Amino acid sequence: MREAVFTIRGLSKIYQTGNVEVKALRGVDADLFHGELTVMLGPSGSGKSTFLNIIGGLDTATTGEVRYRDHDLSSASDRELTRYRRDHVGFVFQFYNLIPSLTARENVALVTEISRNAMRPEEALELVGLKERIGHFPAQLSGGEQQRVAIARAVAKRPEVMLCDEPTGALDSKTGILVLDALTATNKELGTTTAIITHNATIGSIADRVFHFSDGAITEVIENETRLKPSEVSW
Amino acid sequence: MRALDIKLFRDLRRLWAQSLAIALVMACGVATLILAFGAYLSLEETRDAYYERYKFGDVFASASRVPDSVARRIAEIDGVAAVESRIVEMALLDIEGFREPATGLIVSTPPDRSIDVNDVFVRQGRMPEPGRVNEVAIDTQFAEAQRFEIGSEFEAVIGSAKMRLTVVGIAMSPEFVYALGPGDMMPDSRRFATIWMPEEALASLFDLDGAFNSVSVRLLRDASETAVIEAIEAIDDLLEPYGGTGAHARKDQMSNAFLQGELDQLRGMAQMIPPIFLLVSAFLINMILSRLIELEREQIGLLKALGFGRGAVAWHYLKLVLVIAVIGVLIGAALGTWAGRGMTVMYSRFFAFPFLVFRSDIDIYLIAAVVSMAAAAAGALRAITVVFALPPAVAMRPPAPQVYRQFMGGLLSRLNLFSQLTTMALRHLVRHPVRSLLTAIGTAFAVALMGVALGTLSSVDFMVDAVFFRTERQDATLAFSTARPSQAFEAVARLPGVIAAEPYLSAPVTMRNGQYSRQLTITGKPPQTDLSRVLDLDLAPVLLPPTGLAIGDRVADLLHLRPGDLARVEFLDGERRTVDVPVTQIIQSYIGLVVFMDIEALARLQGTGPRISGVHLLVDDSRLDDLYTAVKETPQISAVALVSRSRQRFQETMQENMTMMLTVYLALSIIIAFGVVYNSARIQLSERARELATLRVLGFRRAEVSNVLFIEIGVIVALAQPIGWLIATGLGIIITDSLATDMFRVPFVIEPSTFAIASIVVVAAALVSALIVRRRVDSLDLVRVLKTRE
Repeated sequence: MREAVFTIRGLSKIYQTGNVEVKALRGVDADLFHGELTVMLGPSGSGKSTFLNIIGGLDTATTGEVRYRDHDLSSASDRELTRYRRDHVGFVFQFYNLIPSLTARENVALVTEISRNAMRPEEALELVGLKERIGHFPAQLSGGEQQRVAIARAVAKRPEVMLCDEPTGALDSKTGILVLDALTATNKELGTTTAIITHNATIGSIADRVFHFSDGAITEVIENETRLKPSEVSW
Repeated sequence: MRALDIKLFRDLRRLWAQSLAIALVMACGVATLILAFGAYLSLEETRDAYYERYKFGDVFASASRVPDSVARRIAEIDGVAAVESRIVEMALLDIEGFREPATGLIVSTPPDRSIDVNDVFVRQGRMPEPGRVNEVAIDTQFAEAQRFEIGSEFEAVIGSAKMRLTVVGIAMSPEFVYALGPGDMMPDSRRFATIWMPEEALASLFDLDGAFNSVSVRLLRDASETAVIEAIEAIDDLLEPYGGTGAHARKDQMSNAFLQGELDQLRGMAQMIPPIFLLVSAFLINMILSRLIELEREQIGLLKALGFGRGAVAWHYLKLVLVIAVIGVLIGAALGTWAGRGMTVMYSRFFAFPFLVFRSDIDIYLIAAVVSMAAAAAGALRAITVVFALPPAVAMRPPAPQVYRQFMGGLLSRLNLFSQLTTMALRHLVRHPVRSLLTAIGTAFAVALMGVALGTLSSVDFMVDAVFFRTERQDATLAFSTARPSQAFEAVARLPGVIAAEPYLSAPVTMRNGQYSRQLTITGKPPQTDLSRVLDLDLAPVLLPPTGLAIGDRVADLLHLRPGDLARVEFLDGERRTVDVPVTQIIQSYIGLVVFMDIEALARLQGTGPRISGVHLLVDDSRLDDLYTAVKETPQISAVALVSRSRQRFQETMQENMTMMLTVYLALSIIIAFGVVYNSARIQLSERARELATLRVLGFRRAEVSNVLFIEIGVIVALAQPIGWLIATGLGIIITDSLATDMFRVPFVIEPSTFAIASIVVVAAALVSALIVRRRVDSLDLVRVLKTRE
């Protein structure tokens, strides 16, 4: 029996902008299991980012239930969500979101300073193959390197959940593969439940399961028999 | 409306809080400019017109008894346009229902009623008729204070006669715009009057028929300074045989000197305060405009690509600045006019003018508007140059990423002294060193303004303490019309209610040291005094030596005298001896040009027996009435200075003025502190919203995230404190130095508590502005910033 880390039932999200109502999610049901790597595919506006933001504690559901283990995220306060993000979630974003005034090591240390069971920043950077660039500021690193620093920052606290929104979106394919390598490595080595959003359907083949989003709903879930290595994928 | 103007309007609406903060800082500059300029011009023009129309004198002299014929010889002196010889005497007034004795300065009016110098403006009634011995005109302030009207009566001891006088006129003269009773430190209109009386009545009372004892002279228009000096010398020569005590120029005339002091103060204010505000607002404009332009780079590129000219785009941003400036000018003009009117009302309490209106001419407003707009435009210049120069293709690309550096080769970060959040704050601070420093200096001005205001207060406190509680500790001073043998002291000491008495002797002299000379009064005192004391530079009581002079520090500076030097002393009365006297000590003096010497030694030098000019008294409060009655009956006493009343009035007036001044300065410094800190925090927030949101995403709490901003603001505000203290001290010294006159000097005293209070005020204002910005940090949209590239 696979252990469900996230249990999502009837999740809806409605954005109210002026008089316009946008239904970003319409009653989504899903389970994410411990240690699995999922890929979320779908066109822009299909609701995948909203889904990821809500399970990451960055946004709240309009209706429905979102549970992370024994935490009820749908009724959590801002304080509890902050605590949840701090203790359990690692994020990776399309535009890296590194702090420009901190070096690679310091960007990682930012998170390890506030976590209980963190690795040393050097260790995390070694994991993503950036030990040599440890003292560099983001402006001195390439896009791929910056994204790997972001991954090191996310994994350094040994999170149970890793949420990645278009981590390769701003990178060329060669660099993208390096980044995906880093993500699958941490998924495997640390057993981190990982969800990756992408536009790129071929990346689906590195996942255990692929969720297809369309118009605010999950339309299809495909389970892969075998996972490919990122280096075996090309786009 | 054109599209760009709609954008301008929306930008303003979005930036309203920051724009308003800047407009307020600018308004303070405009208001202080209008206030100081307006008050200065009002006062100066009123004074000049008054002096001109009422023939204020250029040279003034007094003597003991000069035959009328000498007046004609004075008129023959080169450059003299008009001469008015007259009799001026002091008298003690006894007013029904007013227990304290008042003092009157009686000025004679000529028989032909035409006054050629120091003419009189009659507000009500008429001048006394020649030949009517009991008719007098009194000055308006005294009339108001005593509620005297035409027909009111009071008694006066004039010479040796007690007379009942009838008020026939209420008047004023350019000679007595600021009227201070003898020995008084503050004008007290209830206790001091200027009284005009027909000449022949006064002449017979003082045995001055066919003679005069005071003369004022008007020189030809535009007389040069040398002409004035020559006239003074010529008059001195003519009056010397008749007990002349030395002529002086208009600038040393008391009323005029006080008026000039006030003008100097206003000019100082106009020169010092508005520039601070204009500088700060220029800096703030530069700060927000640079940021706005940085944020709107792509739009600028787009506008240019669409075909808007460089000038049109630059003008668009300049307009934004000018709108802010216009708002500032409007608020400032309203505030300045309001404060100016208030100031004028205050002046009319201290200065007697026939008319005094706050000058609110359009040109003052124009100057203020132009200066403020120019400051705003100067602040915008750098940012707008960027707009002007940016090629569209470059503009539409995002700016190059900011480059940060580690300090000291990363030594600090290896030491792990600071958390990463603190490191972020500090690196950002160091990344913009000029801006950080300017922000600190802007904040420092807030500290400095508060510091100067509080410093002025403690300086005045210090002076009041030094003058009224350590030096002049008597309750009253009685002055005789002329010096009397020392036996008179015993008589005064026996007056009812007198607890202690101390004699003094005044001798008008010219004191010289080589080329330097000054007319002043040497005061003789008993060697050890307890009421009117002599204090050294550390404010410790001085034991006067049997011979030699103890001179005030101001006199020492003016005459370049040091202890051990010989000063040449030319007595201006009695036998008019000239003697060389050693300076034995330099003493502290805040009021007047003081020189002290042992009272007996002084009489010996003058060549007379032991004499006294007056007595300082310590009085039993419960027997004041008896004392006042006795004094009013004593013809030899020509003036009574009630020091305890002066003390009280001084403190009341100061309290009132200082409370107002402190409130104003408090508001000014809060506005600066708020304007600078709020704008700087908003700009930081705008620059770092993405970073801060990222921190929130990573699991940092709201308080932790705000701290990144607070640390940076905190460092800047902390840095501002010592700079502010330094500026406050510097400004304070400059101000007090520039206001120091022979008559009046306030030492600049700034206490540690002043720095502390100034800092607390500014830190509090900074904290409030930071907290307002914090609310924005709390409501950062986490999701949106993650989706956008910087």
